Amino acid sequence: MTLKLGVPSKGRLMEKTFEWFAERGITLSRSGSDREYAGRVDGVEGVELVLLSAGEIPREMAAGRIHLGVTGTDLVREKLGQWEQRVEELAKLGFGHADLIIAVPQAWVDVDTMDDLDAASAAFRARHGFRLRIATKYHRLMRDFLREHGVADYQLVDSQGATEGTVKNETAEAVADITSTGDTLRANHLKILSDGLVLRSEATLFRTRNADLSEPERVAMQALSEKLGL
Amino acid sequence: MPDRLAKRAEAARVRAMFEVAGAQVVDTPVLQDAETLLDLYGEDIRARAYVTSDALRGEQMLRPDFTLPVVQMHMQHGAEPARYTYSGEVFRRQEEDPERDSEFLQVGYEVFERGAPEEAEAEVFALISSVLRGLPLRAATGDIGILMAAVEGLDTTARRKAALLRHIWRPRRFRALIERFSGRATVPASRTALLAVKDPFAEAGPSIGLRTRDEVEARITALREDAATAPLAEKDVALMDAILSVSEALPNALEHLRDIAVDMPSISDAVERLGRRASALQARGVDVANLQFEASYGRASMEYYDGFVFGFYAAERADLPPVASGGRYDALTRQLGQGEEIPAVGGVVRPGLMMMLKGGAA
Repeated sequence: MTLKLGVPSKGRLMEKTFEWFAERGITLSRSGSDREYAGRVDGVEGVELVLLSAGEIPREMAAGRIHLGVTGTDLVREKLGQWEQRVEELAKLGFGHADLIIAVPQAWVDVDTMDDLDAASAAFRARHGFRLRIATKYHRLMRDFLREHGVADYQLVDSQGATEGTVKNETAEAVADITSTGDTLRANHLKILSDGLVLRSEATLFRTRNADLSEPERVAMQALSEKLGL
Repeated sequence: MPDRLAKRAEAARVRAMFEVAGAQVVDTPVLQDAETLLDLYGEDIRARAYVTSDALRGEQMLRPDFTLPVVQMHMQHGAEPARYTYSGEVFRRQEEDPERDSEFLQVGYEVFERGAPEEAEAEVFALISSVLRGLPLRAATGDIGILMAAVEGLDTTARRKAALLRHIWRPRRFRALIERFSGRATVPASRTALLAVKDPFAEAGPSIGLRTRDEVEARITALREDAATAPLAEKDVALMDAILSVSEALPNALEHLRDIAVDMPSISDAVERLGRRASALQARGVDVANLQFEASYGRASMEYYDGFVFGFYAAERADLPPVASGGRYDALTRQLGQGEEIPAVGGVVRPGLMMMLKGGAA
């Protein structure tokens, strides 16, 4: 059996991951055509490349179907309950930086802190008859963060894309999303709450705690760790 | 772990005891309309309900407890007074602790009755104690009503009282509000700047979303008024702290609270209710002298309860959820009653946990 390494299957995250490994003498590449999600590994024996959507990598690691995976810290914490018991962080890769933040309309000049958001939520619910809606795809992380900050009278509404547009479209009053520069937020007339930083995320190499390695896999892991300087 | 059939048999046995006590057996659908009910649960249960959707019926959830559907049923067509019992599965997502079940049995006893609320409370507590007799449990009791009375009696604005009442169930947040209202916490710089600036909307940009400019202005007005409000009296803050730190055997707690009530008369009625409850419990054979009372109990986890609260915990197993819990929920009947309300108190036990503890004792 080979040691399975899961890497995001497209875009900058894949390219940067390939570069990171290349700098350490391991060449990852997609085999065959550009459309085929199969890959090869050169420079270390017994390691197989599995190309996956970054969002699926946490689950595949937790299930033990891949041994190593590159994905964002945000996705691991959102998708895995008790993540620290299920995967181990081996290395931060130094790219894919993004912050999970809470943003509200710029026009809400009275709201700058989580405390303000809570007060605004109470008044909003009294006026509109329903809880203030926060659009996000990070339900678990947001729920924990909002509970930690004692915010009440909100509801999370699911938004898997174009989250910044939900306020203008009146399907949400506030948003919680990943941002790296904040440009999209500004273009949509949103501002970040001053204490609304939920999580700093970064592309990270993880190892599953949920798979017993066979002897050849253990040897491959050892060789890989040495190459990567882990 | 005891198997499902054994747990069911235990549930049936407990429900039969509740029937003997005078309760009518009721049942509720497993699938509940999420839109009407979900909102009434506290955050914890709200986040952990399994919600799904139905193209015809809209958002549906697997019932996370029985109390709400039973209140809803009673408010629609119940006769008074009423005593109900039920048993069945409830469903809650578990994301943090794999040891906890996401599907478990609850058997409950709920009393809807006007007059003599302390008698009804003692009845529920004593009945549930008798069902649990012999198990290695410790009981905890509290009374959210005392803290609510203390807040309502504060010499401050209605807005500040409302803010405190809203966060009774979030102790940390409640504490932060007390700090702010008593002038101990520093005001955030952004708040000071907002109140100092001539035109707060100078850099507001376009107004987007459902929350209107009007609402933003209303809040700024509220903030201005609040900034001009006198801080809470040191004495009142100290008395609130004294109430919150009461944690001792019920007779001592009662004496302690009566002392506090001398300086804070607004809690007197609530404290006397506690006194009557203690007598009612004693009359029903509860060992009141050794019953623990904590003024803060139930605040973190039991949002819809607004008076007496109680829980039974495995003495040697701090990792387990409460084996039984309950309390008074008058406000909930008001929310579900469309203009009607009735005093209500109830509790549930978890037969699965009872069996586990029995197995452990054997």
